[in-house]
Amino acid sequence: MHQSLPLISTHHLAKPLLILIAVLGLSGCGINNIPTYDEAAKAAWSQVENQYQRRADLIPNLVETVKGFAKQEKEVLVQVVEARAKATQMTVPKDIINNPQAFKQFQQNQDALSSALARLMVVVEKYPDLKSNQNFLALQSQLEGTENRISVARRDYIETVQKYNTELRTIPGRWWASLMYSDARVKENFTAPPESRKNPQVRF
Amino acid sequence: MSARLRVLLVTILWLTAGAALAAAPDFPALTGRVVDEAGLLSTPTETELAAQLAAHEQSTSNQIVVVTLKSLRGYEISDYGVLLGRHWGIGQKGKNNGALLIVAPTERKMRIEAGYGLEGLLTEAVSRDIIERVIKPPFRQQNYEQGIRAGVGAVLAVLNGEQTVLPPPVTAIGGDHDYGYLFFLFFLAPLLANFGRTRAGKQPSAGSRLGVATVFGAAAGAVFWFFAQVVLLALVVGFVVFVIALLARGQLGGDGGHYGGGSGGGWSGGDSGGFSGGGGSFGGGGASGDW
Repeated sequence: MHQSLPLISTHHLAKPLLILIAVLGLSGCGINNIPTYDEAAKAAWSQVENQYQRRADLIPNLVETVKGFAKQEKEVLVQVVEARAKATQMTVPKDIINNPQAFKQFQQNQDALSSALARLMVVVEKYPDLKSNQNFLALQSQLEGTENRISVARRDYIETVQKYNTELRTIPGRWWASLMYSDARVKENFTAPPESRKNPQVRF
Repeated sequence: MSARLRVLLVTILWLTAGAALAAAPDFPALTGRVVDEAGLLSTPTETELAAQLAAHEQSTSNQIVVVTLKSLRGYEISDYGVLLGRHWGIGQKGKNNGALLIVAPTERKMRIEAGYGLEGLLTEAVSRDIIERVIKPPFRQQNYEQGIRAGVGAVLAVLNGEQTVLPPPVTAIGGDHDYGYLFFLFFLAPLLANFGRTRAGKQPSAGSRLGVATVFGAAAGAVFWFFAQVVLLALVVGFVVFVIALLARGQLGGDGGHYGGGSGGGWSGGDSGGFSGGGGSFGGGGASGDW
């Protein structure tokens, strides 16, 4: 028996429409927020680590250059070398942003290196020859630039972790976490701005 | 109003307010490739620089913006530079190939802010060189216009590879990640459209096919609009999905088939009079100086 179909058959529509509504509804109420923010935080952290690594890579060259002009500043130079060694020797665990001890250790090492470098940059002000050396000037600008990138990367990381942690602790996200992401934990964040973000500028 | 409804409303308000509360400094409007807030440039120079920068974008897609500021709003110039570059979205999205030349005469500070994608060319050392050797001497004689002109010339020369021998540019960090849902739509539409048919086990009439495709097109457009907030694109996406759904109902036999994904299309900071950032990002590359 021939059956005339209506222009839009509800029979055909019901199922896909339901799925579509479900998809829309779920993504609208943040079911994906926790994994999304988690990935963002990881990406932001790797940027932080990159920039610290870049700084560590600059130091041997810098130390060599300074040595050539200011041998007598042995103490400061040794401090920088040791702080760098400590920072680079630490094996950074993969889950560092969920690992309070490792995170704290990482931050302490890097901050120690920051202040050793800051002392070095004060000391070099006494050596006009060094300060007009092109190689040194290039290294100095790279170091300043790296410190700047570190601070940008840290700021981005702080923001993404804040977002993630807030999502985890506030209502819709909290429900999703207990329902689906039971392994999600609040992430570690930087506690204070590094003590010497800018290289000290001595003016005469 | 019932108590439950009130709680719901308050929650919604509270959630939306959070997004708006993120503190941001006050930024000048991006009026063109040269934003002379501090009034250091004459109109002919401004026009000339803008034309130079536009030509550079034409050939390389790098977006360079010159900005003079009345004040740094209490920020370090390096912090303000990153925030401003990100706020304006200078550089192409995905390539992050933008750069700013910032001059703040009140604080006597200047900076070359390089986007992620230009950090390999406009390195800190090169940027410092331009600042110290090209821009600073004229600035010291209050000759701002000449300094800025020379600085732009040097930046463009470096970016064109004319001035210095430098390692090849680093590949842009931070690629595109927000087109995932587009793919999802293209993938989902034929799949869903096939649902009804396989169950009934017979070819649907042309009328119902058209109807279903229309609904899918409209739904896809709406979803896209919801996510991307671009009406015109939503219409295009809706139409494409409509066509796919129509075809899919005709020929998909349960497996694969072909999804003719519409290609990305041009996303460049269109240059029909107005200038806008292409969505690039910054990570603190470049160098600062004073005079």
